[in-house]
Amino acid sequence: MTDLRSAPVPPVGPEDHVRGPRGAPLLVVYGDYECPFCAALEARLRPVSARVAFRHFPVRAGHPRAHAASAAAEAAARQDAFWAMHDALFADPGRLEDPHLWARAERLGLDVGRFDADRRSDAVAARIREHFRGGVRAGVATTPTLFAGGERYTNLDAVPGVYLAWDAD
Amino acid sequence: MAPPLTPLPAGERAPEISLARFGGEPFTRDDLEGRTTVLVFYPFAFSPVCTEQLSIYNELLDEFAERGATLYGVSCDSIWALEAFRAHLGVDIEQLSDFEPKGAVCRAFGVLHPGGFPQRALVVTGPDARVRWSYAAPSPSDLPGANLIFDHLG
Repeated sequence: MTDLRSAPVPPVGPEDHVRGPRGAPLLVVYGDYECPFCAALEARLRPVSARVAFRHFPVRAGHPRAHAASAAAEAAARQDAFWAMHDALFADPGRLEDPHLWARAERLGLDVGRFDADRRSDAVAARIREHFRGGVRAGVATTPTLFAGGERYTNLDAVPGVYLAWDAD
Repeated sequence: MAPPLTPLPAGERAPEISLARFGGEPFTRDDLEGRTTVLVFYPFAFSPVCTEQLSIYNELLDEFAERGATLYGVSCDSIWALEAFRAHLGVDIEQLSDFEPKGAVCRAFGVLHPGGFPQRALVVTGPDARVRWSYAAPSPSDLPGANLIFDHLG
């Protein structure tokens, strides 16, 4: 039986998808590609110098394609294109049906056959489930939820400024 | 701001209750006997925050079932509104209505907000129909994570 009792947010490891300036303090974001508030957060994080790890928290009720979108991002990751797919998904969240996902994969130059097999694989489903469960244990109850220094936030404005404006000098 | 509510504490026997359920006899204390129950009190059908809360719990229904726990959503809207809300969300969690007398069950559990709606609250009862754990969120916009429920299901 999977343990779903309260626990700290899982530490960021080599399996995580991370981008942003090296050395900057890390934000861990739990999000859903069909969630408009997640897309809004994404739009606010892009122009600032934030280092972000993204984890999947797809909620199927109300967001019927959220899980498929997460699976597409994970499948793209297997061809080193996680962030490219991540950005392409958030850029056009109204188009998340299978043909739209294939078109994105093609546009990104991925092996579409491999992409399609990977996104339907048990390994990808297990990874998304692992993200979801880790988020549940850490108290994620809405999307997006951010963790900064182990603290949980649902509002970017409450996150300490150092996470959003890293100055390497 | 209203003072925080104090839900019926652990160890207390659940009060006599009657909640309307869709297409069936009312839900009473007898329905709490013999199994673990999670009552998810929430302010209003169709309010955006409630949507997230029930949708996320819905993702975990298998895990709740593995622990022998049944979840119910409880609010003061009519059972017709609650059923429409459930169908709209696409969740399987049965809804129970505290519509008439309005808020009586919420009051009995200590979770009736002065505004006339349930405070966002969780009550876990054991097979003896006694409260095992209860929690009222500090404000209606505060969402209790499912982890808090699993902490008390063993």
